[in-house]
Amino acid sequence: PRVEQQSSSQSLPFIPLLFPRAVHLHWSPDVTELLRSGNKLQCSSFILAVGHNAASFLSAYVLASANWDAAGRALAWNERSRSGAGRSGEESACVFYRHKDEPSVLICNVTCHIAEDQLFEWTEKVFDCLQSRELAVTVLSDRSVADYKTPDYLCSSSAPFLRSLHSSAFADRPVCPSLEQPNIITGLPAAVLNHCQVHRIAAVVYQCYSDVAGPDSVTVESYKPVLNKLGRSIQVNSPPSTDVLRKFLRSAEIQSNLYI
Amino acid sequence: KKNVSSGFWPNFTHIILIRIWPAVAVGNVGQLAVDLVVSTLNMSRVGYFHTDCLIPMAGNNPYASCKDDTEELHTPAEVYTAAELKLAVLQIRAPILQTRSKRFRQQLVSWIKASGFSRTVVLSSSHAYQRDDQQLTPLRYLITPSLLTTSADALKELSWREMERMPAFPGVKDADAEPRLCIPGGGITKGLYTDSCAEDLPLAVLLLFCSEGDNIPDAFALVNHLNDWLHLLDGQVTLKYHFSCESAEFKRDMQVFKLYLYIFIYFFPDFSYQSQEPNRKWKVPSSWSLLFGSGIPPALF
Repeated sequence: PRVEQQSSSQSLPFIPLLFPRAVHLHWSPDVTELLRSGNKLQCSSFILAVGHNAASFLSAYVLASANWDAAGRALAWNERSRSGAGRSGEESACVFYRHKDEPSVLICNVTCHIAEDQLFEWTEKVFDCLQSRELAVTVLSDRSVADYKTPDYLCSSSAPFLRSLHSSAFADRPVCPSLEQPNIITGLPAAVLNHCQVHRIAAVVYQCYSDVAGPDSVTVESYKPVLNKLGRSIQVNSPPSTDVLRKFLRSAEIQSNLYI
Repeated sequence: KKNVSSGFWPNFTHIILIRIWPAVAVGNVGQLAVDLVVSTLNMSRVGYFHTDCLIPMAGNNPYASCKDDTEELHTPAEVYTAAELKLAVLQIRAPILQTRSKRFRQQLVSWIKASGFSRTVVLSSSHAYQRDDQQLTPLRYLITPSLLTTSADALKELSWREMERMPAFPGVKDADAEPRLCIPGGGITKGLYTDSCAEDLPLAVLLLFCSEGDNIPDAFALVNHLNDWLHLLDGQVTLKYHFSCESAEFKRDMQVFKLYLYIFIYFFPDFSYQSQEPNRKWKVPSSWSLLFGSGIPPALF
């Protein structure tokens, strides 16, 4: 991303050692100051992307417009974290962005694995910082089509496709069909949706079922119908060029040339 | 942290379920049995058991009966009630995080205490492959002393068997080692039972010995046994054979078959699904479809 990261750590240095799996939020100085004075972040729209394709979609279509400030990051170390210089030196893969002109719009790209025992804490800690009145949450999530159950066998040409799941407080119409029984969602999208359901926050999850395991431009583009619903305040870029997309879709598994 | 109101259900019977460990794709007997209870009695959701001890999951309404109520979000642990039966049910849909099982038990116990249920029934199961020779019939129960005082007669009439205490070291004749309660694969069942005894809660456990696989028949068996005690429905499940064939020979053959079936059921009553009188069936929820995965690709043939 082009925006520079400014962050300051709120936590004392030895806490990560005592509780290695604890979730830590590091906000930018102005957000830290706001939270320290007992206030919450004014937020009308929170957009969360979980997975490489979802994050690439937001990066290419929304964040590339340079109207966004880095607002903070979340650290959640677990056994699947790839750390270079140790836990605290790891490049964060949960980054928060705030719109410069409309600071009530918050985006978070999550490209790391958050373990099952960290999901609830991540959700509670993040939502504790946001005011929940009039808040609308949108979650974009990647999923393998192998997890999708249907009575008629899906041939590969139907993937990628979107399915939605929303909380009871969500009054709008989703852009795609609702997730059919007996399918369920798990992971961070489920944790966020559960929180919103219980706290009566309007939330919708758009799950994209894809037959490609890694970053893929076709999967990224399948999120396009969601753009209209992301809020009037978000200016959507004209379709990004192939170069822009390629920048965000660098393969994470260079060493895996089993399927070239 | 719970979002369910407490102190609100005096004189209610509370049924909760426990999952067998490890979590299986086909679901668990207690969970499936509770699905049948909620689905058949058309129970309405009254609250969420919002806790950090369960793995998060979400899905649309698993008990949807018509198009209008399909798009209703459901969470890993929810409470349903049927006020006319004074019944509350806690359905747990997700595995308990291994490091938080004790905390989850404590949350359950404190909720049961705060809610003031007249009795609590836990539906559970245990590995069939780890049974003793004396445990070859499938159903067992456990009951806390405070519930035994009120339910002893009913249990005697039902002729249920109490869960046996097992020797700590089978085959080793050790006078010091006392037989102890052992529920392999029962998850938090044993902990919940012992905690309830310690807290003097009126709680019973109903469990079935079973194996992993298609646990739907086990769920029906467990829910029928529960119904024998609590009389949630008018009767049991009927296994009906519908014959449309007109041939007299076929009808005669079927009558012979039915005769043998009755003889078999007489000698092996635990396999019985026979009903005594006309009754409502248990209603299978829509979430039970595709338990073994998607449809088969036609290119396979």
